[in-house]
Amino acid sequence: MSMDLPLISVENLKKYFYLQSGLLGTKDIVVKAVDGVSFDIYRGETLGLVGESGCGKSTTGRTILQLYKPTDGRVIFDGIDIVNTNSHELHKLRTRFQIVFQDPYASLNPRHSIKRIISEPIIIHHLLHGKELDDRVAELMNLVGLNPVYMNRFPHEFSGGQRQRIMIARALSVNPDFLVCDEPISALDVSIQAQVVNLLEELQEKLNVAYLFITHDMRMVKHISHRIAVMYLGKIVELANCNDLYETPLHPYTQFLMSAVPLPNPKQEKLKKRKILKGEPPSPINPPKGCVFYTRCPYASDKCNFSSPELREIKPNHKVACHLFES
Amino acid sequence: MSTILDVKDLVVKFDTIDGIVNAVNGISFHLDEGETLAIVGESGSGKTVSMLSLLGLLPSPPARIEQGKALFKQKEGYIDLLKQNYHILSDIRGGEIGFIFQDPVTSLNPILTIGQQITETIIRHLGKSRNEARFLAFELLEKVGIANPIVRFKQYPFQLSGGMRQRVMIAIAVACNPKIVIADEPTTALDVTIQAQIIELFKQLRETLHMATIWISHDLGVVATLADRVLVMYGGRIVESAKVEDLYEKPLHPYTIGLIGAVPGINSRGSKKLISIPGSPPDLMIPINHCPFAWRCNEVEAKCWENIPTLHQIEEDHEVACFLHESAKVY
Amino acid sequence: MQNKYTITTSDSLLDLQISLWDKIKRIVRLLWRDRIAIFGLLIFMSVVFAAVFAPWLTPYQPLSQNLYASKLPPAWIKGGSWDHPFGTDNLGRDMFSRIIYGARVSLGVSFVGALIAATIGVFLGSLAAFIGGRVDEIIMAPINLVLSLPYLLFVVFIASVLGRSLINVILIFGVTNSPIFARVTRGEVLRIRQSAYVESAISAGAGWLRILIIHILPNLVGPLVTLISFQISAMIFYESGLGFIGLSVPPTIPSWGNMLAEGRRYLTSYPWLTTFPGLAIMYTSLGMNLLGDWIRDISDPRIRRARR
Repeated sequence: MSMDLPLISVENLKKYFYLQSGLLGTKDIVVKAVDGVSFDIYRGETLGLVGESGCGKSTTGRTILQLYKPTDGRVIFDGIDIVNTNSHELHKLRTRFQIVFQDPYASLNPRHSIKRIISEPIIIHHLLHGKELDDRVAELMNLVGLNPVYMNRFPHEFSGGQRQRIMIARALSVNPDFLVCDEPISALDVSIQAQVVNLLEELQEKLNVAYLFITHDMRMVKHISHRIAVMYLGKIVELANCNDLYETPLHPYTQFLMSAVPLPNPKQEKLKKRKILKGEPPSPINPPKGCVFYTRCPYASDKCNFSSPELREIKPNHKVACHLFES
Repeated sequence: MSTILDVKDLVVKFDTIDGIVNAVNGISFHLDEGETLAIVGESGSGKTVSMLSLLGLLPSPPARIEQGKALFKQKEGYIDLLKQNYHILSDIRGGEIGFIFQDPVTSLNPILTIGQQITETIIRHLGKSRNEARFLAFELLEKVGIANPIVRFKQYPFQLSGGMRQRVMIAIAVACNPKIVIADEPTTALDVTIQAQIIELFKQLRETLHMATIWISHDLGVVATLADRVLVMYGGRIVESAKVEDLYEKPLHPYTIGLIGAVPGINSRGSKKLISIPGSPPDLMIPINHCPFAWRCNEVEAKCWENIPTLHQIEEDHEVACFLHESAKVY
Repeated sequence: MQNKYTITTSDSLLDLQISLWDKIKRIVRLLWRDRIAIFGLLIFMSVVFAAVFAPWLTPYQPLSQNLYASKLPPAWIKGGSWDHPFGTDNLGRDMFSRIIYGARVSLGVSFVGALIAATIGVFLGSLAAFIGGRVDEIIMAPINLVLSLPYLLFVVFIASVLGRSLINVILIFGVTNSPIFARVTRGEVLRIRQSAYVESAISAGAGWLRILIIHILPNLVGPLVTLISFQISAMIFYESGLGFIGLSVPPTIPSWGNMLAEGRRYLTSYPWLTTFPGLAIMYTSLGMNLLGDWIRDISDPRIRRARR
């Protein structure tokens, strides 16, 4: 599954948004959506990216794919720095990474047939024409479990789960090595979520695609990921193998996160002593000066208020950004 | 434990241009004092429509309550909610039965302050004066865990976060110490840690106020942590009804089994494929005279296509509507 | 046991084979429910018909004067004859023919004017929305200024400066109506540009030209057609307004507005001189408005569903 060199290396990625406010646009507000994020993803593996709303996980996914221009940092894709590459090269490279969006109801142009939707990436990159194109669309539809007979229908004739499959087919149409899945199942019913997740797993095995699986669903991410990164307010606070993270979460925020997830097991739930995280997350407009979690961390010390901890490897393959673990 | 709400054979339909939507197809259940009943189902299962119909919150037309009784226990005796007029229902709503909606963004009036919305309810149902109501409102805001209630009182919904807005909704719902609170997916739109806060709050309130709760959800984890009993709905019908432990340990209906299997539990990656239920939720416009789940059921047999299964009691407090379990006692 | 039923049915509406005949039946059913809209459509078509086939429909030339037959009342009033069903005006010109020919001016001015307005407005609005930033501000500033002026006064002012001619009227309407198109287009383009499917196209590598032509323009059609129909109806009013104060097309061309102006003096003595052009204006505007309402309703899928 993992080869020596990572497929993607994200180095200190930053994305700030500059908003104007005040009467004459004088006050400049900086939203530090992504504030120094680094991780690697290897071929054929799934890295789960979890966090709650406002933590910057969606922005991270989009910035990696250069849908937003990064404010700082690098993204090395298969040895090429795609942040600083010219637009022509970037355009050609786009066949190798794609994205699946969250909302299956808004992500498909309602006026296009699904054949047109699925084949759009192929057409943009001038890869196939005519009969070959049709065959490829049929092949993709079969791959995601849709009957190719329905190629000429329109999005509103399909259910949410099927629309999500259409998006996946479209994303896979150009044979990418890497897929960013931005909350791909949040808008679906529970029974349909399982269908889509199973499909994604199958496809990963068949096609050796790597996934960045962005979600807030702590249970699903555990099922599908090999490794997981936890984000809070624009920074990664913990990064570990899936099992390690769930068995021994080190960062206080991760512990709260794990504890908050209700499991479908009534007896356990009744006995469980839950750690409740108090307060609300601060806004990314005014992040705390030191550690981003300082305002809500029960173990915070003065040091945490002044200096932001680095993401350090504490155990093999287990990184944490927390002063508690610095000796 | 006495029964505080008894619903029998509720049928709700919608008259639309494309046909009649059979949203709720004959459900019966009861709610006892102080207990928490969870209703589980996916979109189109009828869970929200059935609760809204009890309180007259469905726009009719196009909604139509075709039949059914909803006996609600008041001091003087039972009344049938479905037969009451608007005025009586609006007395009960907020007064004796509180309702918490799913989306706090749209359920709070954006041009009224938080304080106004809470006091409005208190004045309406408890007949207090404005000052008394304000005082009660401050107490309520504290009770639901909102810091600085005096400041928050004067704020507008847009100045509060999602979690806080939901707390305000809870405050409004429990302001008049209702006998029943119906909560329609109140934590679905919230982050996991905020959801945990709200659930914790709810458990506290439940203890101090002794209210019965109907909690609608599609999240089997939330249900496991809150419910005493569970109803599973599919295609506008109740397909299984059980105590919460029994439901998770011995699920009987194939849909329930599929739902529980579709939620990744404690298993880590790769150990088990999720059980996915093939197909999609049914089209409620097509009237059927067979089991609504037959299309998607892995255990379907010929007899499932011939009749609609009704709820049969399998053991104490565990009923299921499935022909596979016909041999048990007829309810 | 694997469920063999699942994939073949219940998955979606896909399996309902909707034949062409079914589709036609559905449209007819929708139209019948919107009988008022049909009414609007019929009105609209009758006016177009009148304008197009004017020479064949009218017994007289609209300009031919016959002072011996001047100021005749309509046929159903004592003194009138069916030779001149709507009577004649002070110069003996047949009212019926003038009304029919007047349709040409009203429709011509409003159609062509609307077309010009739409072209200019859509272009500017798209440019502003697409490029954004400074360009957006530069384009929208004068547009917002014009929109905040009282429209009729503005038009009157320009018309009085430029003088009376058919071309002038069309151009004036074309230019002065473009701001509303620009604003609506800009709003729609901004909205569509932020939509998820455009983002999806960008991530697939689409360039801005492709996005504009394939994704944005087709989704603009609905709101634009609606706006055009309402603007046409408005321009018919404005033309008659201009005509009434004598700033519309020259008096040699029969227009309803001109007819109103000429008949004003005889309002109490020969009321039909103003009544018929007034009715014609109302009739046409009503038709366009009903039609516009209907188009707006059917092109917005949300309202379409809610109209049940």
